[in-house]
Parts: sequence; structure tokens; C-alpha cells
Amino acid sequence: MSEDRPADQTDVRMDDDLALRPEREATVGSAGGREPRGDGRRGDRRRGERRRGDRAMVPEADFRSYYGLPVLNEPTWHDYDIAGYLFLGGLAGASSILAAAAGVTGRPRLARAGKVGALCAIGGSFYALIHDLGKPSRFVNMLRVFKVTSPMSVGTWILSAYGPQAGLAAVTAVTGRFPRLGRAASAGAGLTGAAVATYTAVLVADTAVPLWHDGHRELPLLFAGSAMAAAGGLGLLAAPLAEAGPARGTALLGTALEAAAYLRMERRLGPVAEPLRRGKGRLVRLGEGLSAAGALLGATAGRRSRAAAVAAGAALLAGSACTRFGVFHAGIASANDPAYTVEPQRARLAARERQRNGVPE
Amino acid sequence: MSVDPATASGYTAHPQRMGFFTDTSVCIGCKACEVACKEWNAVPDDGMTFTGMSYDNTMSLSADTWRHVAFIEQPRPLGHQDPGVEGMDFRWLMASDVCKHCTHAACLDVCPTGSLFRTEFGTVVVQDDICNGCGYCVPACPYGVIGKRETTGVAAKCTLCYDRLGVGQEPACAKSCPTDSIQFGELDELRERAARRLEQMRAAGVDSARLYGHDPDDGVGGTGAFFLLLDEPEVYGLPPDPVVTTRDLPSMWRQAGIAAAVLLAGIAAATWGSRT
Repeated sequence: MSEDRPADQTDVRMDDDLALRPEREATVGSAGGREPRGDGRRGDRRRGERRRGDRAMVPEADFRSYYGLPVLNEPTWHDYDIAGYLFLGGLAGASSILAAAAGVTGRPRLARAGKVGALCAIGGSFYALIHDLGKPSRFVNMLRVFKVTSPMSVGTWILSAYGPQAGLAAVTAVTGRFPRLGRAASAGAGLTGAAVATYTAVLVADTAVPLWHDGHRELPLLFAGSAMAAAGGLGLLAAPLAEAGPARGTALLGTALEAAAYLRMERRLGPVAEPLRRGKGRLVRLGEGLSAAGALLGATAGRRSRAAAVAAGAALLAGSACTRFGVFHAGIASANDPAYTVEPQRARLAARERQRNGVPE
Repeated sequence: MSVDPATASGYTAHPQRMGFFTDTSVCIGCKACEVACKEWNAVPDDGMTFTGMSYDNTMSLSADTWRHVAFIEQPRPLGHQDPGVEGMDFRWLMASDVCKHCTHAACLDVCPTGSLFRTEFGTVVVQDDICNGCGYCVPACPYGVIGKRETTGVAAKCTLCYDRLGVGQEPACAKSCPTDSIQFGELDELRERAARRLEQMRAAGVDSARLYGHDPDDGVGGTGAFFLLLDEPEVYGLPPDPVVTTRDLPSMWRQAGIAAAVLLAGIAAATWGSRT
């Protein structure tokens, strides 16, 4: 292209002479006497980078970025609203299940505590969700569609099904009126409550936020465990010792499930899990410690002492809240550091490259 | 493998898919695209900050920045270019970034109101009278394009000048680009043009040239706005292997279903296993 023109010709021209080729075909860098040996990587080799042909076969230790700026835009969600909702939604959903089970097995005071707690928690959830909208008055716009690709849309409908049933269950339990309607509502709230407590994991996982997205296999179980711990905590806090057996068991099982899911997620994610061990991400560890302490206290001294049961319940509730805030903040931190976006993608590309070249893993 | 997003969205008769080919090798960093976009779309001020990042004070795409020109200074030669000073290789990389108008657009998938929609041109547009400002599209975008505008509380991003396209005009940024670095047209034609351009660049010794977003088999099904870059995408602040998050959604719903079952079974076990 460039052989027939003088070496000093400007590459990019502003004129519109039709006899000349359009400026968009200007080959920048074609003028000049340099050896045509390419402009590849010379002078810009990074630490530890080996020269072996055109393509690096292993992901480089150093990643590159645009002035260290994040690739992703930071989620606009506020922690008190959305992390708060993750906690309250889990508390509400699991409390409804526990209340329904307690009602069926003849533990009316545990059932009533769960139903009232669920109604308060779901009320708080609605407040937090609407408060976080940029245009709260347009909350109803979410009711104009149902989209299975949008966990928020699915969640809106789950909440719409759950909310009234949780409300009916609580009101009938407190007033003692319409017992049959109350039983139906508490069964319905229990079933939809399972969806309320777990869909929120899909809500955060269905984003490009590295920690949330990559953790999509374990997050639902982590959230289910955390919700069980919270509901167990509420039961321990509010129900008399004689009826709190299911709450103690729920708290123990939930704490174990949450811890197992967390460990598995941390191991599987490798470097992407780093934000869970830094800054506000450490709240997850704190939450697990609180939950474990609360569950154990509830299962031991909490069987005999009301004061111990109350302390255990408070620790479990605080633990669940800490876990949710920790997961929320660690996710934000993973979005704000380009390394967590670029490095796993580079590794993925390198793995595909190896596969294409038939090099075994 | 190539999916036409307008057909997939239910349009029976629709125009060709339109898009941008941004050839960064001829970008001169004039920012005319940024200005034209702001003017035509009445995009508000995005803050006056001095960043110290070369000539870039815009920083990144956001609700109030729909075209963003990146500036990168590298101690590297460009093709046959000789800087004239021994041992002082230097090249500029300038690139005008924009919404990619993905074939599989995560922002559109996750939008709970239907405010984000697919146009007949295969582009993705926000309807700001439907958007309720939930902000879900913001972390869903694997490129960090869409944002929530502080002043209005709703999401905003490049529309590929939907209003101009409707009357046969090209988008404001492409119209204003003095070097044709931003080329607008039918996507199929642009892809062919880009392949030719890549060959031309390679022949001229610029072997760092590569296309980005042109491949319909990539994680977002190819983008409606694609690029010719002179270095790896992450150097320009672009993700090297973006994937639409909803690709894993079936597995996410399955896991949530399992978790819900575990939740019900766990509480049932705790209740019926406990002595009254």
C-alpha cells in the first residue's frame, strides 16, 4: 500500500480528494524506514514474561488494565437497602417455613413468633427495595412484565405471591380469627417462603460482578443456610423454651449448611474469593463465627436458660446479617478491581487456546 | 451460528442490523464523537475532573458518557514508524469506546420492567419513562457501559442514535468523526470491511492489530459495535473475554431450586426431629 508514496507523507489526511484513497484506509505507522519487524511487544515486556513466539501459553502473572480503572461499572445498590434486603428476605422466607411446620406440630407460640417476624421482615424488605429504586413511584412498572431472564422480575412476582399470604398468616395467628384461612395462608407462605429466601442468590449471581457471578453454584445454598440460621435465631429469641426445639435444630442445620457452602465456594473460586478475606468482605467470616456460636449456645445452654436462648438468637440474627453484608461488599470490591474481571477471563482464553492447540491441561 | 437479534426478538420485517466499526488505528483523539453525542442526545455534564491519565479526563462510559475516548501512551514502535530519537520508541493508542449493543445483551435480559428493549435495527435502547431506576442493568453489563443517572434516577446509555436511524441518518458520533475511525453501517458489511482492514494493517507491519467483538461465537454472541484494536482489550479497559451473565441462568435457577428444597427439608427435619 505504501511503497508508491513518499516516506514523509502524513498518514491521516483531512482532505476529500476522491483520487486519493479515503483516510480511513490510512495505514498508521506505514511511513518511515523502520525494519518491518512488527510492533509487537518490544520494549514493553512485563515482569516474568517469557518470549516464546507470538502468544503467551500461560496467563501472565501481571495483568494489564486501563490506568487501573475497573472494567465494570459499580453497582448502584446501597448496602443498607440491598444487603439489608438479602438478610430480611431470608429471615422472612425461612421464618414462614418454620412457622408453618411449628403450627402443624402443635407449637402455636413458635408459629406465631415466626409469622409475625416474617411479616415484619417482609415489610422491611419491601421498604428497602422500593427505597433503593431511583424512581420509587415506578415500582409498579415491574408488574407490567414477567421475565424469567430477570431474577428481579421473577422476585417481584415471588414477593407478590408471598407478601399477602405472610400477612394473612400473621394477622390470623395474632387475632385467632379465620383459623382455616390462617392454616392455608401459612402453608402457602411457607412454600413461597422457600423461593423468597433463595432467589436472592440468583438475583446477585445474575450479574457480571466476578464474585457473585462465579459463586452462582454455592450462593443459593449459602443463602438458604443463612436464612435458616436467621429464622432459627428468631425462634430462639421469641418462643418459649418448650417450643423452641425446631428453632434450635434449624439454627444448627442452617449454620452447618452455610459454612459448608462458604468453604466450597471459597475453594472453588480461588483468587476471585480474595475480597471475602479483605475489608468489609470479612463480615462473612464474622457472621459465620456469630452463627456458629449462636447455634451451639442455643443447642446447649439455650435448652434450659431463657437468657441463653435470647443471646443465642441475637447472635444468630446478627450472624446472618453480617454474612449478607459481607457477601454484598465483597462482590462490590470484586467489581471495583479490574484484576478480578481480567485475570479469570485471560485464564479462560488461555485454556481455550491450549485446547485448540491440543495441549493437555 | 450468527443470530439476528431483531428476528430473535420477534420482529418479522425489519431493516438490516446496524452497528459501529470503530477502527482505533485512525483515531486521533479529537473527542468530536464525545461532543457530538452530548449535543445530539442532550447528555448532561459528567463532571470536570483532571485525572492525569494522558489526555483522558472522561475516564469511562457511564450514564452521562456515551462515547469515551481512551488515551494510552506506550514506549513501543508502531509499524515502520521511526520516532527519530534513538531508543525512544513511542506510540499513542486512542480509542473511542461505546455501548456494544450485544447480540445477547445482559442489561436487556435482566431489566425487570421491560424498559430496555431491542429495536428493529438490532440495537438496545432504554425507555426512560418505563425505567424505575432499579439499577440491575448496571452490574449486569460485562463492559461497564450502562449507568444510573443521578439527576433523573433512571438508567441511561448509548441508543446508537435511535432517533437518527429512524430517519436514515447516521449516529452523531460517526457523523462527526473526522477520520472515519467511527464507521456506521450494516453490521454484515462492516464485518467484511473490518476483515479487509485487518489484513491491510498486518501487511503494513502493524501486527498488533486485532478485531474485538466481531466474532458471533464469543460470549455475547458478537457485538453490534466492534473494534479494531492495537493491543489487548484490557489495555483499553475492555474485558478480554466477556460473557453474558444470563448464559449461566438455567444453572443458577436449578441451584436455587435445590437450595429451596434443602431449606424446606432442613426445617422439616429440624421440626419433626425435635421432641415436643
